[in-house]
Amino acid sequence: MLHTVNKSPFERNTLRSCLRLAQKGSAVLLMEDGVYAALSGTAVSDEIADRMDDLSFYVLGPDIAARGLSESPLIGGVQVVDYGGFVDLVVEHEASNAWL
Amino acid sequence: MSDEMGYEGEVVKRFMYVNRKAPYGTIYALENLETVLIAAAFDQDVSVVFVDDGVYQLKKGQDTKEIGMKNFSPTFRALDDYDVEKLYVEKESLEARGLTAEELVVPVEVVSTEDLREIMAQQDVVLSC
Amino acid sequence: MKFGILVNEGPFTHQASDSAYRFAEAALAKGHEVWRVFFYHDGVNNSNKLSEPQSDDRNLVKLWSELGREHDLDLVVCVAAALRRGIKDELLAAGFRISGLGQLVEAGIQADRLVVFGD
Repeated sequence: MLHTVNKSPFERNTLRSCLRLAQKGSAVLLMEDGVYAALSGTAVSDEIADRMDDLSFYVLGPDIAARGLSESPLIGGVQVVDYGGFVDLVVEHEASNAWL
Repeated sequence: MSDEMGYEGEVVKRFMYVNRKAPYGTIYALENLETVLIAAAFDQDVSVVFVDDGVYQLKKGQDTKEIGMKNFSPTFRALDDYDVEKLYVEKESLEARGLTAEELVVPVEVVSTEDLREIMAQQDVVLSC
Repeated sequence: MKFGILVNEGPFTHQASDSAYRFAEAALAKGHEVWRVFFYHDGVNNSNKLSEPQSDDRNLVKLWSELGREHDLDLVVCVAAALRRGIKDELLAAGFRISGLGQLVEAGIQADRLVVFGD
């Protein structure tokens, strides 16, 4: 399953709920305000770093760039995709679940 | 895929409706419920899940008179008539809010996070709000 | 592959419609089919032809209309959500149609993937 998270982890519990209910082997795409969760050195970075072994993490590049974060270091292992990569992730996973 | 053929030869998919938002503050809970009622007519394998603030949708004793909005919580009791029988509530979400299953308007299956994770992973279509 | 897309928010207040539009564009560019785009909740406002953003801003209603025309997309606006918000046939931009919620469920059944954009 592909999970998408579009909320800042500093404002909502969306990411936390997603991580709690995502099964091992799932993918998580951070998009829109969800991209703030992909940055390293924040108060919530460990929540993603700690799950790197059982989930794969992606972040939507255009949303990173729009927010002035292109040069900001990401948590190790988070892969940057564009909208085409987002489409590929949806194709690769049998279902997607948007945590709104 | 877990697609299987239904009795009319149509594809039956597993549809899961995930409710994560409280009622009244926003319209999502009400309009999501409208989708569930329609979905029931399509003979799909429907389950409805309540996690996070979504569990508040099921709280007994809702009285909306003074806010001027329609109390839609009784509609959850009608789901059974629509053959929507799989209602899951995540135990952790319930406990985090100091609620028990006895305080809910309908009988539900209270499931652990681990169980819900499994059930969710088996779905073909997940509609969250 | 056949995609169904659900848009739950209107243009401008939330990024959802922009994200959905970019996703649809990318899917079509890769040769996939967008079987239906369903507009629900405040998403019905994406069909309002009276929407008139400032000239230096993107016009999402027009963008959806144009994408719909170029790729013969089925842009469906939920009737119950639309009526509630004053969206009627006479307000619909080109390419949109109003229909029931069953069309969303049908998209879930018929499409290989249903992708949801909202808030």
